[in-house]
Amino acid sequence: MSQNVIAVIVLVVLLAISTPLLGSYMAKVFQNKKAPGDRLFGPIERLVYRITGVNPESEQRWTTYAISVLAFSFISVLVLYGMQRLQAHLPLNPDHLAAVPPALSFNTAVSFLTNTNWQNYAGEDAMAQITQMAGLAVQNFVSAAVGIAVAVALIRGLTRKQSNTLGNFWADLTRIVLRVLIPIAAVAAVILIAQGAEQNLHATHMLTTVSGQSQGLAGGPVASQEVIKQLGTNGGGYFNANAGHPFENPTGLTNLVLNWLLLAIPFALAWTFGKMAKDRKQGYAVLGAMAGLFAIGALLVMPLEAAGNIHVTQAHVSQAITSTSPGGNMEGKEVRNGPIISALFNSSSTSTSTGSINSANDSYTPLGGGVVLFNMMLGEISPGGTGSGLYGMLVMAILAVFIAGLMVGRTPEYLGKKIQAKEMKLVVLYLLMVPFVILLFTAISVVMPSSLTSIYNPGPHGLTEVTYAFTSASNNNGSAFAGLNGNTNWFNTTLGLCMLVGRFALMVPILAIAGSLGRKQRIPASGGTLPTGTPLFALMLAGIAVIVVGLTYFPVLALGPIVESLVGKF
Amino acid sequence: MSPSSTLEAPEASQQGTESGGNKKRSATFNAAMARRAMVDSLVKLSPRHMASNPVMFVVEIGSVLTTFYLIRDFGSSSSSENVFALSVVVWLWFTVLFANFAEAVAEGRGKAQADTLRKTRAETVAYVQRGDDVIEVASSQLQLGDLCVVTPGQLIPGDGEIVDGIATVDESAITGESAPVIRESGGDRSSVTGGTRVLSDRIVVRITSKPGETFLDRMIALVEGASRQKTPNEIALDILLAGLTIIFMFTVVSLQPFAIYSGAEQSIIVLVALLVCLIPTTIGALLSAIGIAGMDRLVQRNVLAMSGRAVEAAGDVSTLLLDKTGTITFGNRRADIFVPMPDVEQHELAAAAMLSSLADETPEGRSIVELAESHYGQIIQDVPGAELVPFTAQTRMSGLDVDGRSIRKGAADSVRRWVEDQGGTSPVELAPIVEAISKGGGTPLVVAEGSRVLGVIHLKDVVKPGIAEKFIEMRKMGIRTVMITGDNPLTAAAIAAEAGVDDFLAEATPEDKMALIKKEQAGGHLVAMTGDGTNDAPALAQADVGVAMNSGTQAAKEAGNMVDLDSNPTKLIDIVEIGKQLLITRGSLTTFSITNDIAKFFAIIPAMFIGVFPALHTINIMHLSSPHSAILSAVIFNALIIVALIPLALRGVKFRAAGAASVLRRNLLIYGLGGFIIPFIGIKLIDMIITALGVK
Repeated sequence: MSQNVIAVIVLVVLLAISTPLLGSYMAKVFQNKKAPGDRLFGPIERLVYRITGVNPESEQRWTTYAISVLAFSFISVLVLYGMQRLQAHLPLNPDHLAAVPPALSFNTAVSFLTNTNWQNYAGEDAMAQITQMAGLAVQNFVSAAVGIAVAVALIRGLTRKQSNTLGNFWADLTRIVLRVLIPIAAVAAVILIAQGAEQNLHATHMLTTVSGQSQGLAGGPVASQEVIKQLGTNGGGYFNANAGHPFENPTGLTNLVLNWLLLAIPFALAWTFGKMAKDRKQGYAVLGAMAGLFAIGALLVMPLEAAGNIHVTQAHVSQAITSTSPGGNMEGKEVRNGPIISALFNSSSTSTSTGSINSANDSYTPLGGGVVLFNMMLGEISPGGTGSGLYGMLVMAILAVFIAGLMVGRTPEYLGKKIQAKEMKLVVLYLLMVPFVILLFTAISVVMPSSLTSIYNPGPHGLTEVTYAFTSASNNNGSAFAGLNGNTNWFNTTLGLCMLVGRFALMVPILAIAGSLGRKQRIPASGGTLPTGTPLFALMLAGIAVIVVGLTYFPVLALGPIVESLVGKF
Repeated sequence: MSPSSTLEAPEASQQGTESGGNKKRSATFNAAMARRAMVDSLVKLSPRHMASNPVMFVVEIGSVLTTFYLIRDFGSSSSSENVFALSVVVWLWFTVLFANFAEAVAEGRGKAQADTLRKTRAETVAYVQRGDDVIEVASSQLQLGDLCVVTPGQLIPGDGEIVDGIATVDESAITGESAPVIRESGGDRSSVTGGTRVLSDRIVVRITSKPGETFLDRMIALVEGASRQKTPNEIALDILLAGLTIIFMFTVVSLQPFAIYSGAEQSIIVLVALLVCLIPTTIGALLSAIGIAGMDRLVQRNVLAMSGRAVEAAGDVSTLLLDKTGTITFGNRRADIFVPMPDVEQHELAAAAMLSSLADETPEGRSIVELAESHYGQIIQDVPGAELVPFTAQTRMSGLDVDGRSIRKGAADSVRRWVEDQGGTSPVELAPIVEAISKGGGTPLVVAEGSRVLGVIHLKDVVKPGIAEKFIEMRKMGIRTVMITGDNPLTAAAIAAEAGVDDFLAEATPEDKMALIKKEQAGGHLVAMTGDGTNDAPALAQADVGVAMNSGTQAAKEAGNMVDLDSNPTKLIDIVEIGKQLLITRGSLTTFSITNDIAKFFAIIPAMFIGVFPALHTINIMHLSSPHSAILSAVIFNALIIVALIPLALRGVKFRAAGAASVLRRNLLIYGLGGFIIPFIGIKLIDMIITALGVK
């Protein structure tokens, strides 16, 4: 138990240190201010600009910014698709893996492009090292950077005064990758390697186990890919077992570092927001709402898993803590991690749109599984993905301001920007998209005979499995609940569609909101202004998010995890 | 407005800020209006009307749909099924009707008022000058620019400006104020309104409005709500409510496949019941009533807002430009004290001051006489044979010569020169006294008799009682008050300090005022102001909330977006409060409506699935007696809460001047937390009642 407590405390301390430091640093980077590392990064940046012909000073309107995002993503998906199809003819393929089939290549390309990292393949069996390194890992960097860039554009829209432009996407992309993602990833990779994570270009090593069976140990640049998978809230593991695999996540320390990595940027961005708004309290409120929702999720799952599974108890199997067992609901969990650290990791991963897992969600207790599902349903805002978490939470803030702001006797405004019909149209569009695809496809999947065969566990658990798949894809999380055969035409297509909707059908309204707010006059705050930098507002923000999401999904949650947990008790 | 135009008695503008509506205007809700509202609620069921309200339109479609299924399945269902279905259908229709009723009641008050105004708009005969002739023309045939002669007892045939003459006019038909007002050609009080009656004297009015577009016509349209358009915030809120409705439609429509998967297919009636309970019907039903009632509250205070947009803007105002005269101070300076020279007795100065002012008909002059009478024991006496010396711009003195005495009062310089001309000298004490009074914001008038200076009359602006407290409230609400005055900076500063305004603009010209508004707006502030003169018109148009005085010129009334029929500039503060109250009511009921849903879910979801999952009884936390009674209770609660909140929607949420943070805390507690708790209690109570009545 004490090990669990230490792990939780160390994680909290790490976040408490990294959030202000990284947050302030990123604010400097995004505002082109003097920042540590200028001497190193400056020349590289200029070189990149010269090669690509980007003029970093040329600011873009929201439309140009959005077109740049889409164009970059389109090219990315083509490159990634091509690389998978051609990997047999490329170098760095020591195991001579064949081309990835077209449908799967497309699914994977879309999945990594959208920062979802839903994986319908086992990395060690399907992807050559070249594809992993030059394809998937590159997307891990740039898809995270695209998310952050869009969030930065929204901050600029909120904080600039009567400005038509939101910055330059290409410059933002370059600076985020170069100055934020690469340095942190490099340092963290060294820690992982030092702890024993794999980092080589070897072919699969075949050996005979003590029981006389033959086993293959896959080689590859694992550590370098593992860190950006976490840092960029991507979640696509090098191996099929993801962060449960000892080559990805060898020790308790690496588990902690990986857990910190996936939370670091999303929390820090809230700090960056406060810095760029020149009002730290605004950042605190957003950070508070994120941290509060995150803590509630984690604090629910951890004891639920530690308490064990009622069905196991009814089968007269002991779930007590012994010298060889960490106790609790251990099915699908690593003994070295135990239920609490596993639950913390998976709760963090589902709260951040990362989707990397170190334990099997399908084997969680019904309510534990329900909570990680709800983490995603919140729209990945607690603290959410890199960038997408902040912009999702800021949309919630606009909604909260709109509903509650009227109660102080003023038409709503956020950071001095009036929230009017145009913004509300875009906010409503943003809010509608994800529930629409989740509920539509889940509903069809549970009544269509052909898709029903994909569900391995009928009854409430099966409903949870399908709901989880669409929720994960639509919120660009990428974790799987398992228990569902997702590698069918129906699921491949619809899940792919969900990923695209969850990414681009949200980014475009976000940029439109940014553009519209950026053009507006900034109304100075007075005693009559709704205070949005207070604990009360943070509470309201979290409350509105939970109520709106809770009301949308309550029926399906009631028929899935809730009923499953109750049935167990009777 | 110029402080020297003193023809009109200042009483109308001195009613203070509490001048609520008069009896005639606040037609209270009565049985006849209730009947009319009930009929209107049925008329409003027409889809064309409902379509403008997406939330209630969905409820109406749901009601039609459930009615269809009720009739279709009536024969094949058990009697308890039929009772349940019939009850749900009836209450769904009630939900729609209650929403319509709320709107009809809100409109009712305006309609009653419009009827009264229509009677005023009766056809009259206009006497139009054509060359040297005067011909009779029906008032509805009047053209722009026609010159009409109006004599005592006649109704003024149309809106216009007096081009010749001066008259007392009874404007009670429009303002409800029975005291007649004076209207004269030239200046800022030249405009007259059609339908008002001339009481004395003959005037010539040039018609300035086309037939059918008169002030009265516009007023009728406004109070009746015929020209009501959704305000910008209302549109934005409608979008959100429509969005929530769509999301909940996803939820309910997708629930059927989930139910089928779970082995518990639901009836259309139950699904529609769930949908109606989830979508924000409370605020959807009351939204337009809140808006109409907000406009009506203004009308009750005799303010006509030309658009709902202006009422909303009033809530957002962060800078108030207030004319000093008439708003912060009473219209005119008043004598406050007599300061005698060292060798002069108090009563001697008082007597001289009074004598010098007997012929002075200005309010200042009258106030000197009053002060001498009330505080210095002087008695007005006839002074036969006195020769009055009127004030002229050259002498800047007035007074009288009688029995060889000659008394003067006036500006310090002028009187000093006059005394020196008479061979006297002004005492050394005079200059410091004059200076002290000026510095304090007052106006010194020196009184002299012959070669002898007697003393100084201290005239000062009297700040209206209670106004300083209002400014403190404004500050709490985050509103900056700026006093506008033509006075010199010294005087202005003194009054500003006494009244407690945040800032002042002294020696203000209309251009300065305009520049100030633009500067504030460039800084992101919303500006409200009042004005009545033609030279105020550009500023009134520029301001976000421009309140024109009804006594003002036609140009001012055209430029502003509100007209105050009482011509009381202090009312600007009330207008801001009404604007805020409107927005608070809207926000509070939206919050209430959304937090209400939680309890409804806990009532309906277990009821729907308890058949296949008996374990769901655990989340039937209200322990509702049966699935049917649970669903029906939620539907009934959802309908009744609309009726229960109609008074609040019409009256507005109680407004208290306070900072946004404390207002938010308070309203979140009442309408957020209250909205969460109340339905749990309400649904439980209804369940108990209908169970007692035998619904199973």
